[in-house]
Amino acid sequence: MSDAPFIEIRNAAKSFGALEVLKDINLTVEKGQIVAIIGPSGSGKSTLLRAINELDPLTSGEVWLDGVQINKDLPFRQYEKHVNQVRQDIGMVFQHFNLFPHLTVRGNITLAPKMLKGLSDKEVNELAEEQLKRVGMLERIDYYPSQLSGGQKQRVAIARALAMKPKVMLFDEATSALDPELVEEVNLVMKQLAEEHMTMIIVTHEMGFAQDVCDRVLFMDQGYVVEEGSPDVVFRNPTQDRTKDFLKKHLQGQN
Amino acid sequence: MGLDFTVVPKFFDVIFIGVGWTVAITIAAGLLSFFGGIVFAVVALYGPLLVRLPFRLFAWLFMGTPLLLQLFLIYFGLIQIGIDLPAFVAGVVGLGLHFAVYNSELIQASILAVDKGQNEAARTLGLSRGQALRKVVIPQAVRAVIPPIGNNMIALLKDSALVSVIGVAELTLAAQQAIGRTFRPFEFYVTAAVCYYFINLALEAGLRRIERHIQLSR
Ligand SMILES: Nc1ncnc2c1ncn2[C@@H]1O[C@H](COP(=O)(O)OP(=O)(O)OP(=O)(O)O)[C@@H](O)[C@H]1O
Ligand SMILES: [Mg+2]
Repeated sequence: MSDAPFIEIRNAAKSFGALEVLKDINLTVEKGQIVAIIGPSGSGKSTLLRAINELDPLTSGEVWLDGVQINKDLPFRQYEKHVNQVRQDIGMVFQHFNLFPHLTVRGNITLAPKMLKGLSDKEVNELAEEQLKRVGMLERIDYYPSQLSGGQKQRVAIARALAMKPKVMLFDEATSALDPELVEEVNLVMKQLAEEHMTMIIVTHEMGFAQDVCDRVLFMDQGYVVEEGSPDVVFRNPTQDRTKDFLKKHLQGQN
Repeated sequence: MGLDFTVVPKFFDVIFIGVGWTVAITIAAGLLSFFGGIVFAVVALYGPLLVRLPFRLFAWLFMGTPLLLQLFLIYFGLIQIGIDLPAFVAGVVGLGLHFAVYNSELIQASILAVDKGQNEAARTLGLSRGQALRKVVIPQAVRAVIPPIGNNMIALLKDSALVSVIGVAELTLAAQQAIGRTFRPFEFYVTAAVCYYFINLALEAGLRRIERHIQLSR
C-alpha cells in the first residue's frame, strides 16, 4: 500500500445522459502535492473534482484515496455509509461558498465535527477558533454569513472544510465569484495551506496563481486531460495546440 | 330595548376564561400545525410511495372540505371507532392538522427552493441525507416561509371560534353563554370581537419579533 499513490483516478469516464463529460481520465496525486486543473468552460473540470468526492459519481473507472476506493459499488445503505465516511477526508470549497446562512460562522464550522466526530461543545469551539485563526477570521466568529464580504465568506468556508481535518482539499474556482480586490486574501490562505503541505486539487482560471503555487498543472479540454506537467512546462513550453490556443487567450492581459 | 354595555363586566370571569381557552387552543394547535407541517412536508417529498399516496389523499381531504365538518368528524365521528377525544383535544387536533396541511404546502415549496449548493456543502462535510435535511435544508426552508406561516397562524386564531360547536368553552362559546343569560347578543359579540382583536395584536407582535430575530440568519 505504501507504493500506491495517495490519490489515484483510473480510467475515469462520466456521462450525463448521452453527453460524455469525462473520457478516460487517469491521474495520480502524491501526498502534499498541489495540482491545478485548467481548461475552457465546459471541459469537465468541475465534474472531475466532484467525481472525487462522489457528488457526481463516475459512470466507470475508479477513485482511490489513501488506499480506500471512494466510488465502491455497494448496496444503497452501505454505499451511503461508506460515502459519508470517506467524504469526511475530502474537503471541498465551492465557487459560491455555500456557507449555511442560518448559522453563525461558529455554527458553520462546528456543525459537522459535532455531529460526526462526537466532540464536546468545548472541543468543537476550540476547533472552530483554531481553524478561524488559520484563515484570519477569528474576530468574526459570532457573525452570520450575511454580515461578511465574499472574501471573508470564502475564508470561513475553507476553515469549515479544514475543521474536518481532511486528507485532501478540493477547490472549484474558489475565487471566481469574488470582486477582484477580494481575491488576494483567499489566495493567501491557499498559499499558506500549500506551505503546510496540504494535498490540494485546485480548479482555477487564475493562471498566475497556478504557476506560483502548484506543483503540477493539468490542462483539460472536452473531457480529456490534454496536457499535464510542471507549471513551467505547461505554461512556457506546451506541446499541444489546444493548450497553446487556450493559454494565448488566457495569458493575454496578465502581465 | 337600547344597548347597555354595563351588563358586560358582570360576565368578565366567563369572558376571561373564554379568552384563556382561545389562547390555549391557538397555541396548542399552532404548534401542532407548525411541527406537523414540517413532518408532512418531509413525508410528502421524501416518504416512500406507500406513505406518500395516502398522504396526498389525506392532504386533499383536509384542504378540500370544511373545517367545521372535520371538527364534527373528529369529535363525534371517531367515537364510533372507539376514539373518544375530549373536546379540547379534538379541537386542537382538528385545527392543528387542518393548518398543518396548509403549512406543509408552503414548506414543501420552500424546501425545493433551497439552493442545491447548501445540501451539497453539507453532504461534502460527511453529513447523511437525513442530517443534511434536518440541520441545513429544513431550517432554511422554514425561515423563508415564516411570514406566510404567520398568516396561517392568524387565520387559525380566527377559525378557533369554530371549536365552540363541539363545546370547547372558548371565547365565542363564552359570549354565547353570556348572551343566553342576558339576551344581549350585540354587547357580548362586540366584546368578544374586541377580545379577538387584542389577541390578534399580541400574536402579530409575537410574529414580528420572530421575524426580526431570524432576519440576520437568512
Ligand atoms: N448535472 C449535469 N447534468 C447534465 N450536464 C451536466 C451536468 N453537470 C455538468 N454538465 C455538463 O458537463 C460539461 C462539463 O461541465 P463542467 O461543469 O465539469 O465544466 P467546467 O470545466 O467546470 O466548466 P466551467 O469552467 O464553466 O466551470 C458541460 O457541458 C456541462 O453542461
Ligand atoms: Mg466548473
